Amino acid sequence: MNNVLIFISFSVFTSLVSFLLDRQKTISGFKKGLKMFKNIVIPFLNILILVSLLLFIIPPQMIVKYLGAGSGAVGFAIAAVVGSVTLIPGFISYPIASGLLKQGASYSTVAVFMTTLMMVGVVTLPLEIKYFGKRAAFLRNLLNLAVAIIIGILIGLIL
Amino acid sequence: MIKKHFQKIKPYIWLFSFAVFSIGSFWLGFDPGKTIYQSFTKSFIEMITFIPFLFIIVGLFDVWFPKEKIEKHIGDESGVKGIFTVIILAMLQAGPLYGAFPVAYILYKKGASIKNIFIYLGAFSTLKIPMLGIEIGYLGLNFTLSRTLVALPLFILVGYFMEWYLKGKNFKVNEV
Repeated sequence: MNNVLIFISFSVFTSLVSFLLDRQKTISGFKKGLKMFKNIVIPFLNILILVSLLLFIIPPQMIVKYLGAGSGAVGFAIAAVVGSVTLIPGFISYPIASGLLKQGASYSTVAVFMTTLMMVGVVTLPLEIKYFGKRAAFLRNLLNLAVAIIIGILIGLIL
Repeated sequence: MIKKHFQKIKPYIWLFSFAVFSIGSFWLGFDPGKTIYQSFTKSFIEMITFIPFLFIIVGLFDVWFPKEKIEKHIGDESGVKGIFTVIILAMLQAGPLYGAFPVAYILYKKGASIKNIFIYLGAFSTLKIPMLGIEIGYLGLNFTLSRTLVALPLFILVGYFMEWYLKGKNFKVNEV
């Protein structure tokens, strides 16, 4: 509920400021936003269906065991591997992450999962090599994997 | 002709099957189906209460801070200002990481340093404004803030490391 209030007040505030500064720009901004929303709404609904199904099928005890606070290195490893090899669009990964949290996964494993998902790409590695060469592409992915694990550890300490 | 129609309805197949499944579950009193439907409605409400507002913000950002304008300045600045510019540029983007590679090529062409190219990629993967918005909505402000504040120095460090390691090894970004 808190979050919703943040979003509503912030969007009302920015719209007002923007409207006072430039009416035309504000309207085209709204249109742009609407277009982006339209683009994601169907895939988003699909993923919500999928998450609801998966959360029903996968028992919470299993999530707690493998991704919960007590899962330690195993939890990190699972999160890192899944995050690195899968190619899930960002906006779709958040409902999944939130579902995992609600079912008992720890903040650190979720942070590792989200970070590797965003920063490490095994599937896209061949493409990355074409752009940056083998050496740089491998190094970037390795370093980011390390960064993801550090982030997970620190998030575990903070939250 | 049939194929064309199929392409049109393809995105809705999941939704349609799910609707049928849910109605059927309530009709027949199939409890697992009811539970799944309830969990879906919960997450649907969760989403619809903030995502539209997020896109208002993102759309406004897009018209007030056009990426093209910032892209123009890449390569001119160095030091902290250069780092700052690539991070801001990355924050205004959207899409998956492989969509950032062509932009990295543009940065390279414009004379951005190795360090800044990789800082850009780091910022792109973790600081995009639309993504931050969704993250706050789903995982909370605390999580998002901590993750961002931890990640930011780390990927700047990665940038420095990449530059230190790749310098003099004729590193280049290719057009694909």
